[in-house]
Amino acid sequence: MTIGLGHYLTVAAVLFTMGILGIFLNRKNVIVILMCVELMLLAVNINLVAFSVFQGNVVGQVFALLVLTVAAAEAAIGLAILVVYFRNRGTIEVEDINTMKG
Amino acid sequence: MDLAIKLIVFLPLVAAAIAGLFCRVIGARPAQIVTCAALLIAAALSVLVFVKIGFGPEKLIVVKLFSWMESGTLDIAWALRVDTLTAVMLIVVTGVSSMVHIYSIGYMEEDPSIPRFMAYLSLFTFFMLMLVTADNLVQLFFGWEGVGLASYLLIGFWYDKPSANAAAMKAFIVNRVGDFGFALGIFAVWMLSGSVGFEEIFGKAPQMAQMRIQFLGMDLPALETACLLLFVGAMGKSAQLGLHTWLPDAMEGPTPVSALIHAATMVTAGVFMVCRLSPLFELAPTASMVVTLIGAATAFFAATVGLTQFDIKRVVAYSTCSQLGYMFFACGVGGYSAAMFHLTTHAFFKALLFLGSGSVIHCLHHEQDMRKMGGVREKAPQTFILMWIGTLALSGIGVPFILGNGLGFAGFYSKDIMLESAFGVHTTVGQIAFWLGVIAAFMTAFYSTRLMFMTFYGKYRGDHHTWDHAHESPLVMMIPLYVLGIGAAFSGLVGYDWFVGHDWKAFWGNSLAVKATEEVLHHAHEVPLWVKLLPLVCAIAGIALSYYYYVVHTDMPERTVKRFPGLHALFYNKWYFDELYDAVFVKPSLAIGRFLWKKGDGATIDGLGPDNVAARAQDMAGMLMRFQSGYLYHYAFVMLVGVAGLVTYFMLSAR
Amino acid sequence: MILQALAFYVFAAITVAAAAMVVVSRNPVYSVLFLILAFFNAAGLFLLIGAEFIAMILVIVYVGAVAVLFLFVVMMLDINLTELREGFLDYFPVGALIGAVLFAELLLGVGIIGAGSTTVADLNAHGAQVMAIDNTRAIGRVLYTQYFYLFQVAGLVLLVAMIGAIVLTLRSRPGVRRQKAAEQINRTKEQSITVVKVPTRGGV
Repeated sequence: MTIGLGHYLTVAAVLFTMGILGIFLNRKNVIVILMCVELMLLAVNINLVAFSVFQGNVVGQVFALLVLTVAAAEAAIGLAILVVYFRNRGTIEVEDINTMKG
Repeated sequence: MDLAIKLIVFLPLVAAAIAGLFCRVIGARPAQIVTCAALLIAAALSVLVFVKIGFGPEKLIVVKLFSWMESGTLDIAWALRVDTLTAVMLIVVTGVSSMVHIYSIGYMEEDPSIPRFMAYLSLFTFFMLMLVTADNLVQLFFGWEGVGLASYLLIGFWYDKPSANAAAMKAFIVNRVGDFGFALGIFAVWMLSGSVGFEEIFGKAPQMAQMRIQFLGMDLPALETACLLLFVGAMGKSAQLGLHTWLPDAMEGPTPVSALIHAATMVTAGVFMVCRLSPLFELAPTASMVVTLIGAATAFFAATVGLTQFDIKRVVAYSTCSQLGYMFFACGVGGYSAAMFHLTTHAFFKALLFLGSGSVIHCLHHEQDMRKMGGVREKAPQTFILMWIGTLALSGIGVPFILGNGLGFAGFYSKDIMLESAFGVHTTVGQIAFWLGVIAAFMTAFYSTRLMFMTFYGKYRGDHHTWDHAHESPLVMMIPLYVLGIGAAFSGLVGYDWFVGHDWKAFWGNSLAVKATEEVLHHAHEVPLWVKLLPLVCAIAGIALSYYYYVVHTDMPERTVKRFPGLHALFYNKWYFDELYDAVFVKPSLAIGRFLWKKGDGATIDGLGPDNVAARAQDMAGMLMRFQSGYLYHYAFVMLVGVAGLVTYFMLSAR
Repeated sequence: MILQALAFYVFAAITVAAAAMVVVSRNPVYSVLFLILAFFNAAGLFLLIGAEFIAMILVIVYVGAVAVLFLFVVMMLDINLTELREGFLDYFPVGALIGAVLFAELLLGVGIIGAGSTTVADLNAHGAQVMAIDNTRAIGRVLYTQYFYLFQVAGLVLLVAMIGAIVLTLRSRPGVRRQKAAEQINRTKEQSITVVKVPTRGGV
């Protein structure tokens, strides 16, 4: 069958859902959380590009480019925070991060 | 005259206010002076009023002050009603009160709160005067309650003694039971007559006697019920059998208080009330019968208990209770004037006995147990003589038939006329009352002289240190005793004709129920000779027996106690009334109170209310606390659920 | 056509599988590698749709920079190979339910289920009109003119991120001696030499 807009959107939806599930089903370490965020952003990008091509408007792709930029920046900062956290705590297990408990 | 009446009633109040409110400013001695002066002025004015009303043509003065309550058909005004009955009471109250005030200057001189005491005494006098000058039942009730309050304050005057506090509460609570009946009686009278003023009530009395009333699901004759309820109030105030338990414990108060309140004035308020309402009682034969029976029973009962007591004040207290019983049975058979006569003479000699006992107590440095006394007549001869006068007056000693009515001490006249009235009406209850009264007269003479012999004769049985310091009381305490002694000796002789003799109608006017009094006095003067002599014979026999027991063969009391241990225990323990009431009323009340407090208030109201709310708030907080786990994935999960929910909601609402 | 469909399905399947493995795998290095795989296949998807610039940028930036950064950090930190914690299975039913709900809504919301969908042929037809200029040039035309401001701001964002990352992670180790060149150069004679009179036969 011919691949249509719907298929791309479905793929994006699946990726998005998996990213979300990954955030809270993850019990291992914090890096996986960051990676799941990247997955979600990827899904969003797929959506944007698909719509942009469908509408013949290149603005969607420009937006996707900017999303990419921000994703990179955020990954960098997130990992920097993680590194500093590791220096202070010595562990990056999710279960150990509960000092905000109350 | 109006001004005099107003001054009589309100001067004690003003004095009480000054002494009570400004005691810090003016000090102890000025407080005493102000109150005593006020009372003496009131007493002098009372003599004036008494002379004008009792011996003059005008028999009733009503001084209207101002309106109190006006609500629909209820219209009550503050008014002072002075007729002969009131005038007699005014003399009694102000006279005894002024003497007690002066006596207290000496008796209470070492007490730290003198102004408070004088203020309370004057306040009490004001309320009592309000009671006797009341023109309507509600004003009477105001005075009634007020004297109850003053009694509470004075019994518990030494409030750091727990026994005094307990006695004060007991007095007030038992009085309250009586007051409840009294209030119900006032309501009944109002329901029947539409008014609470005495004029209107007495006017409507014949019609009220025909009415019937629904009470507690029963259809009862109205006036009888009302009078019975009113009498319940009198029972409480005058310590009649059933509501008498407070009077002996009231001896916890200082002796002047006992003399004023529990001998002469407050306890006689019940008698006064019945006499005041005599137009109603004379139309309620059943109620009068009940009054007679209870009065006679009280007279007998109190005399039996007085035989065994060792506290000097308690003996006199039971004697008061017994004499009040006499007064009530006299009222019950219709001898209202006889009852008032006895009230007057009794006020004098009982106050004398109390103050004399106070003098002995003061002399022996606050020793009240007669077993530790003896031979006091050496140390306090004046008190000794005055106490004898009081005792002979109480026992009713005199020489009959000479000088017209006989020559004797006050009680001789008044007691005999009461017993003659009881016999003269020729009813069953009258006979019962007469015989109980005669036996009680015998016992009265016995225990009164027992008191004298144990206290003043024989060898001193107490502490030598106290004996060395024992002395006669100061002049300020002796003068009231002398004044009262004169009254106890001569008031019967002087007052006989006016109160119960030939001139009674001119004296009393309409203040007492005329028809009943006329009939009763007529019969009383016609009784056989043996009836007139029997009380005297019994009294002399009582004195002789007491002399035998306590002076000649002093081991006789112990031997008698050993012979009749059960009877002695019954009398000594006041016929176990206190224990009975404790088991039936006090303990269940406390139990109910505890239950309502712990289970009702604590568990139910607090438990469902504030405590519960607080506990649930804590539970909820505990539950909500688990949301803040600190774990990132929990937070993310919650966010996810929130997002899903929101999206669902918007999708559904967009449809 | 069939090739396009097949290519699409292959790329899509591997992307989804790789995403799943990112979450599930035990070794964090494996996770990162699977992430890289997912990115590559997503780039492939983009290529299929005609957005080659984005596809290449995805490879260069995401894979070449971000994923490599992930690898650096994973290998730098002393991460133990952990067992799959029990909590995974506890929450899985609930989480799967919520995820399914969300997924359904995503599809519903876009109107995919039950609605007709345009085909890639249509897409390509559209794209053909803009194919006259290739994708990169098309983006360039718009980016540097209409959305220039956003472009500059994106640059600023990157600048701030860079500074932020440096500030966060830079630490000066104590006990490390460094040269302070300015001080060295500006040393004067008085600071470096001291003349001491030494008596004969004595020391300093």
